[in-house]
Amino acid sequence: MYMDDFEYYRADSVENALELLADHDGAELIAGAHGLLPRMKTGDESPSALVDIGQLSGLDAIEARDGERDGDPGGISIGALATHTEIAESETVREHATALADAAAELGDPQVRNGGTIGGNLAHGDARSDPPAPLLALDGSLEVRSPDGERTIAATDLFEGPFETAVADDEIVTAVRVPTDADAVSGYHKRRDPLSGYAMVGVGVWLRTDGETIEAARVAVTGATTNPARLPAAEDELEGSAVSEETITEASAQAGTTLSDEAFVSDVQASAEYREHLLSIDTERTLYEVLEVDR
Amino acid sequence: MSDADASGDSGDDGSGAFGAAIERGEDVPLLTGSGEYTDDISRRGTTHLAIRRSDHAHARIENVDTGDAEAMDGVLAVYTGEDVVESGVPNTIPTAWDLPGLVQPQYRMLATDKVRHEGTAVAAVVAETPHVAHDALERIDVEYEPLEHVTDPVEAVERDVSPVHDEAEDNVAFDFELGDADATDEAFADADRVASVDLRQPRIIPNAMEPRAALADWDETTEKLRLWMTSQNPHLHRMLLSAGTLGLPENKIQVIAPEVGGGFGSKIYHYPDEAVTAWCSMQLGRPVKWQATRSESYLTDCHGRDHVTTGEIALDEDGTIRGVRVETHAGLGAQLSQFGTATPSYLYATVLSGQYTIPAIHCRVVGAFTNTTPVDAYRGAGRAEGIYVIERLVDVGARELGMDSVELRRHNLVAPDEFPYESAAALVYDSGEYERAMDLALEHVDYDELRERQRELRDEDRYIGIGVGNFIESAGLSPSGLAGDLGAQAGGWESSIVRFDSTGSVTVLAGTADQGQGHRTTYAQIAAEELGLSVDDIDVVEGDTDRIPQGMGTYGSRSASVGGGSIARGAREVREKARRIAAHQLETSVDDIEFEDGEFHVAGAPDRSLHIQAIAHEAYLGHDLPEGMDPGLEETNFYDPENFTYPFGTHVAVVEVDPETGEIEIERYVAVDDCGEIINPMIVEGQVHGGIAQGIGAALYEGAAYDDDGHLQTRRMDEYAVPHATQLPDFETDNTVTPSPHNPIGVKGVGESATIAATPTIVSAVVDALEPFDVDHLDMPITPESVWRAAETGGDR
Amino acid sequence: MWKPPTVIANTTRGRTTEETRRQYMSEHEISVTVNGERHELAVEPRTLLVTALRDELGYTGANVGCETGRCGTCTVAVNGETIKSCTRLAVQTDGAEIETVEGLADDGDLTPLQESFQEHHGLQCGYCTPGMLLSADALLATNDDPTREEIREAIEGNLCRCTGYQNIVDAIEATADRLGERR
Repeated sequence: MYMDDFEYYRADSVENALELLADHDGAELIAGAHGLLPRMKTGDESPSALVDIGQLSGLDAIEARDGERDGDPGGISIGALATHTEIAESETVREHATALADAAAELGDPQVRNGGTIGGNLAHGDARSDPPAPLLALDGSLEVRSPDGERTIAATDLFEGPFETAVADDEIVTAVRVPTDADAVSGYHKRRDPLSGYAMVGVGVWLRTDGETIEAARVAVTGATTNPARLPAAEDELEGSAVSEETITEASAQAGTTLSDEAFVSDVQASAEYREHLLSIDTERTLYEVLEVDR
Repeated sequence: MSDADASGDSGDDGSGAFGAAIERGEDVPLLTGSGEYTDDISRRGTTHLAIRRSDHAHARIENVDTGDAEAMDGVLAVYTGEDVVESGVPNTIPTAWDLPGLVQPQYRMLATDKVRHEGTAVAAVVAETPHVAHDALERIDVEYEPLEHVTDPVEAVERDVSPVHDEAEDNVAFDFELGDADATDEAFADADRVASVDLRQPRIIPNAMEPRAALADWDETTEKLRLWMTSQNPHLHRMLLSAGTLGLPENKIQVIAPEVGGGFGSKIYHYPDEAVTAWCSMQLGRPVKWQATRSESYLTDCHGRDHVTTGEIALDEDGTIRGVRVETHAGLGAQLSQFGTATPSYLYATVLSGQYTIPAIHCRVVGAFTNTTPVDAYRGAGRAEGIYVIERLVDVGARELGMDSVELRRHNLVAPDEFPYESAAALVYDSGEYERAMDLALEHVDYDELRERQRELRDEDRYIGIGVGNFIESAGLSPSGLAGDLGAQAGGWESSIVRFDSTGSVTVLAGTADQGQGHRTTYAQIAAEELGLSVDDIDVVEGDTDRIPQGMGTYGSRSASVGGGSIARGAREVREKARRIAAHQLETSVDDIEFEDGEFHVAGAPDRSLHIQAIAHEAYLGHDLPEGMDPGLEETNFYDPENFTYPFGTHVAVVEVDPETGEIEIERYVAVDDCGEIINPMIVEGQVHGGIAQGIGAALYEGAAYDDDGHLQTRRMDEYAVPHATQLPDFETDNTVTPSPHNPIGVKGVGESATIAATPTIVSAVVDALEPFDVDHLDMPITPESVWRAAETGGDR
Repeated sequence: MWKPPTVIANTTRGRTTEETRRQYMSEHEISVTVNGERHELAVEPRTLLVTALRDELGYTGANVGCETGRCGTCTVAVNGETIKSCTRLAVQTDGAEIETVEGLADDGDLTPLQESFQEHHGLQCGYCTPGMLLSADALLATNDDPTREEIREAIEGNLCRCTGYQNIVDAIEATADRLGERR
């Protein structure tokens, strides 16, 4: 409840924020502050300074970009300061990146969705949170800026461990990018932890199909594992297979096989073994929902 | 006993306020944000207290260095346990219930020698702001020598561990027995069948939404202490502050409980923290405020339950229960809280007969010290644990006999003509129509049809379960004499003043203290009924020891029955005095005066009348009163009931479980409660709803746990599952009304009933759903994982 | 006769909280509009919005029930969106429009939602009520005919230990019905 003291700076531009970060050793960024403040209140983190980018304009736009041009990869661009509510309610995200919209709608509770931002969420690297799985399944990426310029961090490179991400201390996430594909469908299924409201198991799925065959597949998990992860065995099983109950059953059975036993979280509410069991079941549920196959 | 009781059912007509679903007057300030809780109150120059707590479960305090903290800007003082000792105050947190052979170790405001559970208060900082006080906590250097710890009540007494207190080498605080051991052994030897269950009732953290808080203001000129605090019983706190911790005369302490944001037991007790707050104000001569953080609440609010039990039930083939034998290890925590001894002994063992005629009962309870947060009464206290045991036993007994559990229950119910019923567990039940309530509940769910549906669904590999929970509650915690015989160090009465003001309005001052129960409305209804007035004419005052002379407080479902009973009796005395004035001024005899709608009139001459409010004015004028009558119109009443009251009822839950995932869905929840006469059905229903929610919480979600280092694992609100809105279903409630024959208003009480009932009902339902998997019991909280495992392994956990 | 013990530590008696605070803390001047009224105040960076509202500005309706952003008793609306005011720094809200429970009733006249809470016994101890009302208001602003399930989801971020939620759901549902009839 009572945080250690810190200095506070409000940035008036991304450049200014970068300068402030560079000038203050141990400074952390905040926008919605929903990742950092709770951990500061419990004493888990104690930054010497906070740089607030919450008021920067233009960083909350959600838009579908035309195909690649001028170096822009196209697809969907979600400003880092977009709140989970804005993402959940965005027609654009719902249409082109359904899994991300599902996750935003399931995250926390209404007040948390109003207050928290997607950039902060992903940069924070909380493995219990919902957006990591859809980001991985959608093969999304983060656009980040540092004093050295801009770079893109692929979802697969982002999550390095509990509260550890590839976003460096001197970098600012400016946007989340998700490629779009007219022939693809996606979705996210969450099993809510009754204690924390985070995902006990969260499965994100992206599939490209011609209606009969699954041409490409990406499956990812959050919550069940210490680090959000893709599930390649399930993906392999899906790719090239017919859209059928049998495919779903077999792919789901494969869901956790590439993960070590230690990869699964064990806590008061659910053991690693149970989470591993649920991962198959929830992968199956997500696939049924996304493929709209009747059981 | 006054003569007012005799006229209680005199046939006089009241106002119709009693029994009406009247909206709560207390709601408006709470809805607009103007209601004042303790932390909303401030005094000029208020300082802030923060408490340094041990992060060890068990350790010897080697040294406490406060120098760095004291040197901080804004820090006014840093105190250790030695400072409190040196100040010469009595410094004793007392127990309030003695038991034969009870070991009562020293319990100080701030620890001096050892810390005995994580969260033990070690030092106190007073600073100009809360932030500075908390910053300073980190600068206090405490050196500990860690000691071996134990958190499990069975391990504490059975394993050779270093004792929590030197006074109790085996960690046994008491070894309690109730019932006839020989008769029970005989019944078991003689019975056709025996079934048994081993069960745990985990620790519950009460989680009142408002964490505990205190604001103390010591006036040096008058040497008087004003203490605003989150209290369910301000007078009890005043007494314990006086006699236990601070040593001030009671008349130099004013305890004020303003709006209190829930209690559920946790705000009954005298904790070190509030005493330290007051003591600091006396040291500094400035107002001192302490507001617990939620994690402090989790570490220090008394937990509930923590039982490890083996229960056995002896039955004949026809379903007759011959006897019940129970052995329980109850965790008491590291210190004896005021009712920590009573809760797992008398409040527990005495209800083991439940709603049933059981000829032989024996119960042994070993109360164990452990290196954990003290355990005391939490909503349902003792009765909840006891009813859980008997209801689980009836279920496993039915399974053993291959009998429907409802049939077994019905076969053994105490019949209406057996009341007053003296149970083999030493209680005398006042009244009950158990079968009527059970049948009503079963009717609501169409029990027979539901069993049919259950069979059909099982063929489709779907598993619904039907849980039935019959309960009684011993409510009120009085009479005083009986409580005293059992070891209580306090009375069981309640006190009130019913006062007509000189212009005809009425003020009721009640010794109970509301934390959301709606006393200001229900008490006004009681008084309005007796005085023939509208509830709007009546103001109810609670929670201030300077305004209300005496009281015991609100716990044990006692406010409506004991507090309300006192108000009714006081109001009747007031009415009878008014009647005598009316007779005098109307120049007739008292016997000729009838009372209707607040009006006294001469029998047969309705136009010769005087309104009770007009008489109030006359009573204060004093110009024309009957010979020898003192002026004024108010009565102070002390009501000491002749027995406990016994609310009862039946709850039924229908759940569906998915054996593949372990998910549990509550399809229906039906509660039929009999709390005697109902003062306000809306408020009764609200108490039932909230009680069910807490009972379901215990059954499915809650439960505090300690890790191997003796640290509380569930230490934050995202680690301990207080149920939220999407985790609970809509409840269906109904009532039967069986008045308590000895209560002045026929009330039995309802505060704890539904919590007592809901826990066994839900467990029964889930276990019933898993019957095809040979599961006959699951411990709480029944998580989806435990269901999944049970379905996988057939209950061999 | 009891005698007050001697003072153990030196005190800074006489110095006000304000003086002490200014002496050693870096503060930020901010301005916020609460329920239509503009306030200028100085806050430490680490002052939470809920603390500023309660301790600095006297809006004690929002409560503090936990420290993990779970309980929702501190819910207020900032620039029209409900948030938990314990998960926002006061300094972050410089320039913001804030609505608290104190701003709901108009000159003491309860809103239909507040009336409905009273009518349906949607509160007992009242501690969660200010936050609950703000969350319910936010729901009804965007959904004039919510299902019971939608209502339960809308108050998922607000814990109540007293009511079991059912009467709260009833109160919100009835308010929607009443507002629907007026349209």
